[in-house]
Amino acid sequence: MINLHSVRKVFQTKDGEVKAVDTVDLNIKQGEIYGIIGYSGAGKSTLIRILNMLERPTSGTVTIGGKNMSELSAKKLREARQEISMIFQHFNLLWSRTVRENIAFPLEIAGYPKDKIKKRVDELIDLVGLEGRGGSYPSQLSGGQKQRVGIARALANDPKVLLCDEATSALDPKTTDSILDLLVEINQKLGLTIVLITHEMHVIRKICHRVAVMEKGKVVEEGDVLNVFKNPKESITKDFVKQVTEPEETVDTIKQFIEEFPEGRIVQLTFVGGRAGQPLITELIRNFEVDVNILQGKITQTQNGPYGTLFIQIKGSEAALSYAMEFLDSVQVEVEVIHNA
Amino acid sequence: MLNSWFPNVQWDVVLEATKETLYMSAISVLVTFVLGLALGLALYLTAPGNLWENKFFNSVIAIIVNVFRSIPFIILIILLIPFTRFIVGTMLGAEAALPALIVGAAPFYARMVEIALREINKGVIEAAKSMGATNTQIIFKVLIPESTPALVSGITVTAIALVSYTAMAGVVGAGGLGNLAYMEGYQRDNADVTLVSTVLILVIVFVIQWIGDRFTTALDKR
Repeated sequence: MINLHSVRKVFQTKDGEVKAVDTVDLNIKQGEIYGIIGYSGAGKSTLIRILNMLERPTSGTVTIGGKNMSELSAKKLREARQEISMIFQHFNLLWSRTVRENIAFPLEIAGYPKDKIKKRVDELIDLVGLEGRGGSYPSQLSGGQKQRVGIARALANDPKVLLCDEATSALDPKTTDSILDLLVEINQKLGLTIVLITHEMHVIRKICHRVAVMEKGKVVEEGDVLNVFKNPKESITKDFVKQVTEPEETVDTIKQFIEEFPEGRIVQLTFVGGRAGQPLITELIRNFEVDVNILQGKITQTQNGPYGTLFIQIKGSEAALSYAMEFLDSVQVEVEVIHNA
Repeated sequence: MLNSWFPNVQWDVVLEATKETLYMSAISVLVTFVLGLALGLALYLTAPGNLWENKFFNSVIAIIVNVFRSIPFIILIILLIPFTRFIVGTMLGAEAALPALIVGAAPFYARMVEIALREINKGVIEAAKSMGATNTQIIFKVLIPESTPALVSGITVTAIALVSYTAMAGVVGAGGLGNLAYMEGYQRDNADVTLVSTVLILVIVFVIQWIGDRFTTALDKR
């Protein structure tokens, strides 16, 4: 659906050239939710703007739905943009227009007749759950409601692709989740391809099928979300994965525990997919002469299945311990020994 | 009683002068609004990073605006005498004041339009572009509606400046309340005529300010 080939974007600044996007190749499939994660300044904002030519690439090609975007005439590009919608971190609604008029805006641009606009706006208001707010002005809405207007407006022209530019970064965690749920809902209902950029792994974890990690203009790692979670290669990816799998205080808690109770082994178990649901600890205690003490754990849902980490302390004889470790390895759980007394 | 307090005031003359002032102000405000809006849009759109970015045109327009905005109005009237003669055919009467009023006020308003447009969130323009809007659609559906309150408060300030310009124009023969205050009041030493003319000009200014404020508040949905 979306193909990027050797895309580069170089900005000339007073301090010399800045490579905002450096030789990026991406292949995004029809109907998937594709996430691009990176810290600010990684070039993801520029990259998503290259998709609809708000930024022109310095070199490389962008193909969306078979169209080479950088070769389109001004008129053809405007037509193509009606099929590639965008939502924004700061919503970018017209404050001088009501909710209804904001949603009608892209339809006016596309030249729809008045009665058709009215009907379509009604459908969209229902779809995003803004019934009864049609006459309000953006200044009277909460952040989450504003983003719903943004989404309704983006969907007005029945686009094939939805670009989300940090769409939830200005929202509180609860509102973020409701907006993410809405994005999943429209992805499934309308089968539309969603490309989103974010700096929050939570967003990737919750709704994306595939993810690309960006650092200094380059895509350093890419793949199915679950695989990236299971086996992050780059250190930046590991940091991002930790954001959602390890509660922040984990490291301190474990350290403190080791100081107080230095006996036994402290092990980090990582479960992926169906494994996360199995009664592993019960099996461990029943079958081996060991005591198990659960220190901390978390199971996270992703679009491709659950993913979890568990920190446990195992105590017992040397022999029992090594049998227990063998067992853990055999059930395809990743095991990392953090402390061995 | 009025006649005993204001012995030298001829009320029919005052009425005529008021009408002339209102006429000069109304026509010049209207034309200034259209011309200033066009100039202001041109200034904004040709600035770096905007829709019609063009360094050359931008500096040409900026120079014209700055020059005409900086010339003191009384001097501008004199400088424009040949131009006014050519267009209106005479240097006397309310019509003859219009070219100078407009040439003096339009650049002033153009700067205010430019400032109003610069206040618009760039993200909104980006959003319109991402929907496939043409530049014309962006101008008429985004730029102008989103800056309306500032455009209205700007034209209010400009209108008040124009009322005082008409008084100055009156001194050099354009008629109106300024002319009355100067010729009948000051020159003939009739303080009551000057007083009445001043009060009437104040009333006109207050009414304009009140109307402008009401519109600005009603239009601002931020």
